[in-house]
Amino acid sequence: MLEARDLWKSYGTRKAVEGVSLAVKAGEIVGLLGPNGAGKSTTVAMLCGLTPPDRGSVTIGGEAVGEERNAVKRRIGLVPQDISLFEDLSAIGNLELFGALYGITGRTLHDRTHAALELVGLADRAKSRPSTFSGGMKRRLNIACALVHDPDVLLLDEPTVGVDPQSRNAIFDNLETLRAKGKALVYTTHYMEEAERLCDYIVIIDHGKIVASDRKEALLALLPAEKRRKVVVSEASLEDVFLHLTGRELRD
Amino acid sequence: MSPLSALVRKDLILYFSNKRALLITLAAPILIAAFFGYVMGGPPKKPTRVPVAIVDLDRSPTSKIIVDAMKADPTFDLKEVPEPEAVALVREGRIRAAAVIPAGFGDAAPKAMFAPNAKKPEITVHFDPSQAIALQLVKGLLAEHVMKGVSRAAFSPDTGMKAITDMRADVKAAKDIAPDERRDLITLFDSIERMQAHNKPASASRPGGGTQGFSMPFETKQVEVTGKANARYNGFAHSFAGMGVQFILFMGIEVGVGLLLMRRLGLWKRLRAAPVSRTLLLGSRILSGTLIASILLVGIYAAAIAFFGVRIEGSVAGFILIGIAFAILTSTFGLLIAALGKTPEATRGLAVLATLLLVMLGGAWVPSFVFPEWLQTVTLFVPTRWAVDGLEAMTWRGLGFDAALAPVGAMLAFSALFARIAIRRFDWEE
Repeated sequence: MLEARDLWKSYGTRKAVEGVSLAVKAGEIVGLLGPNGAGKSTTVAMLCGLTPPDRGSVTIGGEAVGEERNAVKRRIGLVPQDISLFEDLSAIGNLELFGALYGITGRTLHDRTHAALELVGLADRAKSRPSTFSGGMKRRLNIACALVHDPDVLLLDEPTVGVDPQSRNAIFDNLETLRAKGKALVYTTHYMEEAERLCDYIVIIDHGKIVASDRKEALLALLPAEKRRKVVVSEASLEDVFLHLTGRELRD
Repeated sequence: MSPLSALVRKDLILYFSNKRALLITLAAPILIAAFFGYVMGGPPKKPTRVPVAIVDLDRSPTSKIIVDAMKADPTFDLKEVPEPEAVALVREGRIRAAAVIPAGFGDAAPKAMFAPNAKKPEITVHFDPSQAIALQLVKGLLAEHVMKGVSRAAFSPDTGMKAITDMRADVKAAKDIAPDERRDLITLFDSIERMQAHNKPASASRPGGGTQGFSMPFETKQVEVTGKANARYNGFAHSFAGMGVQFILFMGIEVGVGLLLMRRLGLWKRLRAAPVSRTLLLGSRILSGTLIASILLVGIYAAAIAFFGVRIEGSVAGFILIGIAFAILTSTFGLLIAALGKTPEATRGLAVLATLLLVMLGGAWVPSFVFPEWLQTVTLFVPTRWAVDGLEAMTWRGLGFDAALAPVGAMLAFSALFARIAIRRFDWEE
C-alpha cells in the first residue's frame, strides 16, 4: 500500500533522515520507533507530502505522493504529534472542516463525521468544543479528524502522548479496528510497550538512519543469546493493577 | 461545502464566537471616534463662537462703539472684564485672546486716521500661543470694528468736533507742511465740520450720533464647499473614518498572529497535509479577513450613521468599493505580518507599533491637511491615508464615484504588494 524508498532530508548541514525505506501493507501496523530527534517526525512529514524529500520517493498504491493538490494525498490521514484542533470550533465542526478539505461533501460528510465520532467514543459530545475536553478526548478527536475522509493509509505521530491509560486503551482498540478494516497504519512512538502491543512490523530509526526493521519476533533474534531471556518478577504490570482498580471505562 | 468555503466558514465562526472580544473590537472604535468627533466639532451646527475678552480702559464714546460692535458680532463670545482678569483667562486657556483699548484711545484714534504722522494709539492683544490661529481672526475683526467705530466718531459732531479743531490747529502750526498741502487739509477739515453740523440733529442720544462712519466695502457669504449641495461637515465623519481604519487594522494583526499561532499549534501542518493548494490556504485567509473587516466596517459605520449623524453624502457605491478595498488591504497586511513575523508575541508588539505609525501618518488621528506640506506629500505613500481620505470623500465631502477610484486603486496596489511580499517570504515548511 505505502512504500517509501531511500528517503533523505537535510536542514542546512544537519542531516535529519538518511536513506530510510519502508513498506506498509493493507491491514498492517508498522511501528516507527526511535528516541527523540531520531528523525521519526521528519520521515512522517515526507510520507504524507508535507516535506519534500531531498532524495527518494513515496508512493501509495504505486502513485507518487506529491505536494499541495496531489490527489494521492486524499488516501492519507495524518494524526500529528500536537493536538491540532480548532479549540473554539465544535467537535463536529472540526470534523466537517477536515472532511471538506479532503473533498467530502453533503450526506457523505454527515455520515463520515458521525461515524468517526462514534469510533472514538465522542458521539455524545459532537457539539461540544474541544476547549472543554480532557486531554484524552482531544487525542481521540485528533485521530477522528484524520479518519473522516476514510483514508487507506493512516500516519500516527505519537498519538498517545499525555493521555491516561483508559484513553490509550481506547485508542489502541480504535487502531486495531482500523487494521481489521484493511487500513495501512504507520505508528510512530518511543513507547516500546505500545509498539509491542500494536505493531506487526517494527522499524527502528536513530540519527536519521534505520538501525533495524523486521517483524517483532525476528527483532528479538538480534539480541545476544544471553539477553533474550528475562527473569519475570511479576506477571502483571503496574498498568494492569491500575486498570483493575480504576476499570477500563472511559472517564470523559 | 468546498474546501474554500469550509476554511472561510471556520475563520468566521472562530472570530465571531468570541463575543466579548467582538464587542470590544466594535465598541472601542465607536467610543474613541465619538470622543474625537465631539472634540473636532461634532455634527453639523452653527460655527463655534470664539471666546475673547475686551478691556476698555478708555471709557470714551468711541471705545464704547467698538465694544458694543464686538458684543453684537456673532463670531465672538465676548467678555468685558478688567485687564488682570482677562490676562488670567487667556493664561488658563479659557479664552483665545484679550484686547485692551488704552486710555485716550477715543481722542488719539480719529487724529491718527487723518494725520499719517500722528502717534497711533496701541491696542494690546494678549493671546494664547497654543491657539495662535485665533489671533489672526481677532486682529482682523478688531480692525473692522475699530475702523467703523473710529470713523463714526470722527464724523460725529459730539465726538469728532474736538478732534477736527485740534487737528486744524496742529496743521496751521506745523512748519514742515507745504502751503498747498496745508490749504487742502484745512479745506478737508472744513468739509468734515460741515458734515458734523448736518449730522447734529440725529445725534441726540447715541454715541456717534446718526453717522455710520466707514464700513467694509463688501459683505461675505459663507458657503461650505462639499461635493453635494447642502452636504454639511460632520466632525464624527472624520473620527469614524480614522478610528475605523485603526481598529480594523488591529483586527488585521490578529489575522497574521492567528496564522503564527496555528503554526505553533500544528494546525497549519494539518491543513497543509490536506490536498489543497497554498493559494487556497492563503487565499481563504485573505477572503475571511476581508469579510471580517467588511463586517466590522459596516458595524462601525452603522453606529456612526445611527447615533452620530454621519451620512454617506457622496457615492454609496464608491463608499462600498472603498470599504472593500480597505478590507482587502487589512487582510493582506495581516498576511504580511504572518510572513515576516517569527513568534506570535514578538510579532504582535511590532505589528501594533507599525499599525499605530500607519494610522498616525494616514491622518486617522488628526486630519492630514494639518500636516506640513512635505509630510502631506510623503503620506501619499502610506496606504491608510488613502483609506481615511477615501472614506471622508464619500461621507461628509459628498464626492462622487469618480473620487473613489484613486483611493481604491491605491489600496488595491498596496494590497497586491503586501500579498506578493507575503507569499514570497512565507515559510511554508516551518
